[in-house]
Amino acid sequence: MKVSVWKGGAEGRFRQFEVPRQASQTVLDVVTYIQRSLDPTLAYRYACRVGMCGSCAMTVNGVPRWTCRTHVDRVLDKDSLSIGPLKNLPVIRDLVTDMREFFDKWARAQGQFKGNRSKRDDFQAVKPASAERMQVDAAIECIGCGVCYSACDVVAWNPDYLGPAALNRAWTLVRDERDRNAVARLRAVAGDAGCHSCHTHMSCTERCPKQLSPTAGIAGLKREVAKSILRGEF
Amino acid sequence: MAVHLATVIYAVQGGLSAAEILVRTRGNAAGFAFYSLFVLAVTVHAPIGLRSVLIEWLGWRGRSRDLFLLIFAAALAWMGMRAAVGVFA
Amino acid sequence: MKKESSYWVFMVHRVSGIALAAFLPLHFWVLGNALQLDSFLAWTEQPLVKLGEWAIVLALAAHLGGGLRVLALEFLPWRDWQKGLAAAAAALALAVGLALALAL
Repeated sequence: MKVSVWKGGAEGRFRQFEVPRQASQTVLDVVTYIQRSLDPTLAYRYACRVGMCGSCAMTVNGVPRWTCRTHVDRVLDKDSLSIGPLKNLPVIRDLVTDMREFFDKWARAQGQFKGNRSKRDDFQAVKPASAERMQVDAAIECIGCGVCYSACDVVAWNPDYLGPAALNRAWTLVRDERDRNAVARLRAVAGDAGCHSCHTHMSCTERCPKQLSPTAGIAGLKREVAKSILRGEF
Repeated sequence: MAVHLATVIYAVQGGLSAAEILVRTRGNAAGFAFYSLFVLAVTVHAPIGLRSVLIEWLGWRGRSRDLFLLIFAAALAWMGMRAAVGVFA
Repeated sequence: MKKESSYWVFMVHRVSGIALAAFLPLHFWVLGNALQLDSFLAWTEQPLVKLGEWAIVLALAAHLGGGLRVLALEFLPWRDWQKGLAAAAAALALAVGLALALAL
């Protein structure tokens, strides 16, 4: 099959390779074959290769996916495949992107837990069946792979937009009854750069490899910000 | 919004004429009150919606964009009330 | 890139909003000239103008449907089927458009 792979940085071109088909072949298998047998200068990222770490995320036929979890059979388009780096992120080289901005936005969204107990205090019991805990459970499994960020149109249109992953993480903390940073966090996620710029395209929810729904979390953030404004906390 | 839509569809039945419309609307205080509120709602809603478009599709950053929207809102308010007065007063 | 239905509902929502925002000043101005309305109404009998009117009402219905969808997504408890609200918004818009088409 014919495989087009992005070579270069921000400037570059798609280079064509002829790759043999195998049974149960994944896109990561294809990239690895190319690097080992056809073009040793090809740069790409992977780690676990079993769909747990999210390192191998790339743009396959225009769609961001985990390449180790994408079977060639499922995405082959008339005997050809196109592989590029994740969109919405600066390209370091070939298929490798610079993810610093992705994680910086995570920090800007106050995506860190801030509690007020020390090891000397008794631990706080959180009922697993409480409504808040269940909302957190639905969103907590994010491993920061960047697929949602790469799929988001608003991230592409507005460089300041914090993005689905950062906002989703902020949501899990807003719903964490142990957290003490609520107002500062809501201020951080409100506004043009935050939750109010989500236009519910739901590309993030559609593409998340862990079936999370950042759209749901962002909708929750909008509600919480509205409530907070009404309470006069802003 | 839905009220306006229904009104438009009703009004358009069997053709339009100024006389037909104005005979029903002139001096109608309730109509004037409703549509004044409508003009207010539109004056607030339209610029807010346009703001996202200006930022995301035109890349218009900074105070000048919001100033433009304020002027647009003022224009809508003035023209809207002129229309409401013209039709209902 | 393949786009899901929510993207298209958003796009219709945005484009219809832009169309309405552009249409409004004209609409207000015409109404404000109520005394000269009849001559203007004669002009509107032209088929192209009728098409434009129908398009504007369709835009209004589509924008309303899209807006209701956004409100439902943001304020009602989250359910996965809410993606189907895109369909509901489209159906609403179509229904209104047809109603007007019959009247025109």
